[in-house]
Amino acid sequence: MGWVVAHVVDIWFLIIGFFVLYYAVADGFDLGVGVISLFTRDERDRGVMMAALQSIWQENQTWLVLLGGMLFGAFPMFYSIALSALYVPMVLILFGLIFRGIAFEFREQSARPSLWDLSFGLGSLLTALAQGFTLGAIFYGLPMEGHRFTGTVWSWFHPYSALFALGVVAGYTMLGSNYLILKTGGVVRQRGIRCSPVASFLTLVISVIIYLWTILRHPSMAQKWLAMPGFLHVAVFPVLALLVFLLYFRSLRTGPDYAPFAWNVVFVFCSFIGLSVGFYPYIIPNMVTIQTAAVSSTKTLIFMLVVMAIMLPLILGYIGYKHWILRGKVENG
Amino acid sequence: MTFDTVFLSRLQFAFTAMFHILWPVMTIGVGLFLVFLEARWVRTGKEVYYRHARFWSRLFFLNVAVGVATGIPMEFQFGTNWSDFSQAGGDFFGHMLGYEATMAFMLEASFIGIMIFGWKRVSPGMHLFATSMVALGASLSAFWIMAASSWMHTPTGGYFDKGKFVITSHMEAIFNPDMFWSVSHMWVAALEISVFVVGGLSAWYLYKKRYTDFFIVSFKWAVMAAVVVVPLQIWLGDGSGRSVYDHVPTKFAAMEAHWQTNPPGTGASFSILAWPDPERQENRWSLEIPGVLSLLTTHSRSSQIKGLREFSRRDQPPVALTYYSFRVMVAIGTALLVLMVWTLLVWRRGGLHIEGIATQKALLRCWMAAIPLSYLAMETGWITREVGRQPWVIYGLLRTGDSVSAVPEAAVMWSLTGFAAVYVVLMGLFFLFARRIVVRGPELAEGDETGGYGSRRRD
Repeated sequence: MGWVVAHVVDIWFLIIGFFVLYYAVADGFDLGVGVISLFTRDERDRGVMMAALQSIWQENQTWLVLLGGMLFGAFPMFYSIALSALYVPMVLILFGLIFRGIAFEFREQSARPSLWDLSFGLGSLLTALAQGFTLGAIFYGLPMEGHRFTGTVWSWFHPYSALFALGVVAGYTMLGSNYLILKTGGVVRQRGIRCSPVASFLTLVISVIIYLWTILRHPSMAQKWLAMPGFLHVAVFPVLALLVFLLYFRSLRTGPDYAPFAWNVVFVFCSFIGLSVGFYPYIIPNMVTIQTAAVSSTKTLIFMLVVMAIMLPLILGYIGYKHWILRGKVENG
Repeated sequence: MTFDTVFLSRLQFAFTAMFHILWPVMTIGVGLFLVFLEARWVRTGKEVYYRHARFWSRLFFLNVAVGVATGIPMEFQFGTNWSDFSQAGGDFFGHMLGYEATMAFMLEASFIGIMIFGWKRVSPGMHLFATSMVALGASLSAFWIMAASSWMHTPTGGYFDKGKFVITSHMEAIFNPDMFWSVSHMWVAALEISVFVVGGLSAWYLYKKRYTDFFIVSFKWAVMAAVVVVPLQIWLGDGSGRSVYDHVPTKFAAMEAHWQTNPPGTGASFSILAWPDPERQENRWSLEIPGVLSLLTTHSRSSQIKGLREFSRRDQPPVALTYYSFRVMVAIGTALLVLMVWTLLVWRRGGLHIEGIATQKALLRCWMAAIPLSYLAMETGWITREVGRQPWVIYGLLRTGDSVSAVPEAAVMWSLTGFAAVYVVLMGLFFLFARRIVVRGPELAEGDETGGYGSRRRD
């Protein structure tokens, strides 16, 4: 118990990290499918794409709400600084999610489904871009003085975050295509197979550029790469990520339909951990460390941890059960 | 009134919150109604329950879709627009939202996928289980968000230090003095609105003589539910009022436009209508019944009720808005009670019979009118609650003016305009599609289910 109390902040950092990762994968493939649907001519095919998401998109999106709530609970200072500093992309995410979410039900009701396909596709693209700008701005570092944001309402907009946004769109599209391979058949699955290598190649190239740019930008990260024990820590996950990428690429040709998606998830995991290890102990690089971002008292963090210890297995349990019920490919049409 | 960031952020929060709250009420109430229908169907196998469940779930899904879409901005606005509040109250308020997402939203969002997945692909028992989980999630979310909101009125369980709330007891903060009344009053409001939505729409069909034998059943269910829910809500409202009197005296005085504390030994008079004037710190005119305010509030003839003049001007909430919103809510609550009693009398005289029901035109019209009125009662209730707490965001601890993010006005103006435009469109589309569902009516047999919008993929 004493160990838990001493490390509660780190534990919460890991939990929040898990939420980010889960959300990025789960809503990532949702939004990616949305982006792909923008380039799909046939309305029936777009219908199949949305049908493949029909029963799960709300749950996937809710991980963002969970992330928001728990981030607010555990790291209120980071939550409030980041969200107010990133006002514009945050509001764009909200609008994007509204257009994306509403499309599922309204398409069912409407006499003009293609209008709602567009709402779904553009909403997804807007959300993905805005999330990329948000993350990019955070990883680049927000202009701060102590605990006060000193930038402007446009501080999130720069070449680094723009490249990051493209990377997120490419990454989500990669996840989306692999999800289509996993969940659909026929023409739509073929589409996934054609789209996946292009999206993944873009993802890989942009990731590498961003990773190098981030090291150059943050000297504390560069030092880890140059010092000997630190080098092993920071290098292992990026190297693993590259290895996994090769396995993913091979599985596209030879593997069963679940393999590309599975390798894709592992790839996201390795890249994400790699970046986080590089940043640690900072959340906003060079600005806010985990320790100072946690304004919530240890008492609150412990209380939240107890609730999480009960709820998280329960959530993963019923979600797992649900995915078991919904297993297999969606029927066409 | 200046259009600064504080004012615009308040406007945006008020607008997005007032718009959003329209949807969860039906998710809670009609969600429970669907649980009832499906449970009866599984148990008795009678098709009427299944057909009703099918029909009402269509409106339910449409309603949930708008609710989910407009709910997400609520979670994030505390950070984007109210960052100083989020830092000051984060030690308690943050994880309340986190719990709401963990215990309520995730449950709702996961199982609604199974509900939508369809009747024919999962067993009726599984479908009932999914519906129950969605309804449970909706009610749990009401619990957590109202617990958080009530704490903003009666912030117990900690102390304020250097501009931040430091928690000493989570139980005291969650089970704060106002919590029981806030949670129950809002939860029952959701039930009451749902009762009048189901009853009012059924009344429309009865009025139009369409599917009379189908909708007379749901109309009677609504009447029976109203018998329990409507008086219960009035009792809870009375309790809420006393909670406000005990803990948020400035709000209570504003709700009643009560400026001057009544002298000992006399009762405070109840104002029916008034023109409150904050400049003069009195009512320009007021229609009053002597002694009744004390009687209503504490159920004793001569209790003292603090007037607004006891508080400095800068601690007083806007009076007229609080006063009139409160009156509209109470008037509607009372009118709905009258409607319920009237319907019971008609029922007793045999007026709710299949042949005769369509002749009860006035009664059915009133039930239709009750739909918008019950929503209006909830909105005015929220105005009373939130405007009455001003100028505080956490009562007595943190002022609204000190809670806002350092975001330029232009940015908030821009986002507010965006929300207004998008929500107006959403509202229009909701009515368009809801109208189609209602006009098309229920499917009474398997054969009806092909064709028409809304049945393309489901089932």
